[in-house]
Amino acid sequence: MRKAFIDTMLEVAGDDQRLNLVVGDLGYSVVEPFAKRFPDRFLNAGVAEQNMTGLATGLALTGERIVFNYSIANFPVMRCLEQIRNDVCHHQANVKIVAVGGGVAYGAQGFSHHAVEDLAVMRAMPGMVVTAPADAAETRAVTRLACATPGPWYIRLGKNGEPGLHAGSVEFSRVGASIQVCDGRDGTLIATGAVAHEVAEAARQLARRGVHVRMLSMPFVKPIDHQAILRAASETPWIVTVEEHNAFGGLGSAVADVLTQGPLNTRLLRLCYPEFIHETGGQAFLRRQHGLDALGIVDFVQREAVGNW
Amino acid sequence: MNPVRSERDSTGLACRIRRHSLKMVHRAGASHIGGCLSAADLLAQLYGGWLRVDPERPEWLDRDRFILSKGHVAAALYATLAEIGFFPRHWLDSYCADGAKLGGHVMHRGVPGVEVSTGSLGHGLPIALGMALGLKRDQRAARVVVLLSDGECDEGSNWEAALLAPQLRLDNLVVIIDCNRFQGLGRTDEVAALEPLGAKWSAFRWKVIELDGHDHNQIAGALAAIPFEMDRPSLILAHTIKGKGVSFMEDELAWHYKSPDDAQLAAALREIDAQEEKCRSRSSSLSPAEASSLVINTEVS
Repeated sequence: MRKAFIDTMLEVAGDDQRLNLVVGDLGYSVVEPFAKRFPDRFLNAGVAEQNMTGLATGLALTGERIVFNYSIANFPVMRCLEQIRNDVCHHQANVKIVAVGGGVAYGAQGFSHHAVEDLAVMRAMPGMVVTAPADAAETRAVTRLACATPGPWYIRLGKNGEPGLHAGSVEFSRVGASIQVCDGRDGTLIATGAVAHEVAEAARQLARRGVHVRMLSMPFVKPIDHQAILRAASETPWIVTVEEHNAFGGLGSAVADVLTQGPLNTRLLRLCYPEFIHETGGQAFLRRQHGLDALGIVDFVQREAVGNW
Repeated sequence: MNPVRSERDSTGLACRIRRHSLKMVHRAGASHIGGCLSAADLLAQLYGGWLRVDPERPEWLDRDRFILSKGHVAAALYATLAEIGFFPRHWLDSYCADGAKLGGHVMHRGVPGVEVSTGSLGHGLPIALGMALGLKRDQRAARVVVLLSDGECDEGSNWEAALLAPQLRLDNLVVIIDCNRFQGLGRTDEVAALEPLGAKWSAFRWKVIELDGHDHNQIAGALAAIPFEMDRPSLILAHTIKGKGVSFMEDELAWHYKSPDDAQLAAALREIDAQEEKCRSRSSSLSPAEASSLVINTEVS
């Protein structure tokens, strides 16, 4: 995903002089091509995220600029949260915050590198568009749309080499659009971020077991695709949300917020990480431990959704 | 362009900033008059002709940018901008009122001349750094000035920016520290001693000048010398007195919080009137060259 991101940045920067990239001393072997090709629009701000976020705001407010702030996990989000709120959001600066390693992509690196509260925190920021692309194709489309849309964005990326969710390229008709990966009437699975490929695999396995689900990939957590959620709520008996996040304020909460506005003839169940992740291990291990791998999702759906409806 | 030119005008402007600020915080029952009064001379010198700003074109791309990072003394900034002509003086009457544009901490939305909103300390300098970098990248000659309080130097974000600005050779970036030696709960040297503050900034590779933040000649001299050195950001350490200009408010922490009552306001305004009368009758001032010679350079080698 990070390669898709930087490739897209290189493409856009070639055509659009406004594009700037600021990094927080991270991005080794990723950001160099941009730094080399566009030295006047690149900056390593050092290991100093508060300053990085403030200066991105200042850059964006001076002349016409799109400023991408790139770092990993929680660093560009939480270390500098007040700068995001007061500087970026309050001034509606054209700053895009990019965090590589969303969820538990850096699983074995430990607690400091688990980004599982970021969606909630970013959703609460005024005027912030919150995204978590599922694969390289969604990353390209989200990055391009972020460049074309003024104002603050948060882009949560995985790392690299994630399986593709989509066969070809994707394009979003509007900010907040979701993508229907497959259709069915037995229930709906909604995913955001890189865990979506586990969900797609779960949908295929469920189909083999005679449970035909609709699957929605929702790279936009805010604004979220109200119509798609309300349609799923009216057309299928249950919705299961799957996210690499805790239970507070992420995708599941965003879907629940929508359901309070519509017909309540559906049941919402949520798969996510617990409040604390105490285990050490890689992403696949942690997903398996907490039932966020394809098998865990299938089991959960059969146990909690299909069986209980 | 900015109509205030002479040193005599700038001392008069400082008196008017003090008078407006006193009335505003009195009317609103607001805090922070002490810091408004300590910053008034610096604001008057900046807006009294040095900053290249144009009230007729607040969004002019080549304007100098000023950021009041100690956003709690918003009243003094609003007063300055109104005096310079960015918006009508009667707006000042609405300071902190329901539905007003002028909030208790600096608000930019709908307020011509205010670059950014502030209020949480430690935000102004990183934003200013980004602006200075943007102006350099756009090859514009404009400068960015940010006014910090000394207590605000407790915030680590300032030191993150202090480290990076010389690396980027931002000689279009100017920090002024309103060093009134007070912070929220006491003297700065009793809370987390900042001294030697000038030497700290010098060690961070800023070019530092220390001066009396109420001496208009010294301030004018320092501003005229900016950038103090090519390829380096400039820092003015301005020694000031909290509550300056109102005898019973001077060097008193309580006036970080208290709002003057009717009698205190009347007494304070009488003092300001007297000062204004005095500066009106003054006939001459030092030339910038003479003023420069007064500046004490505390560069640590």
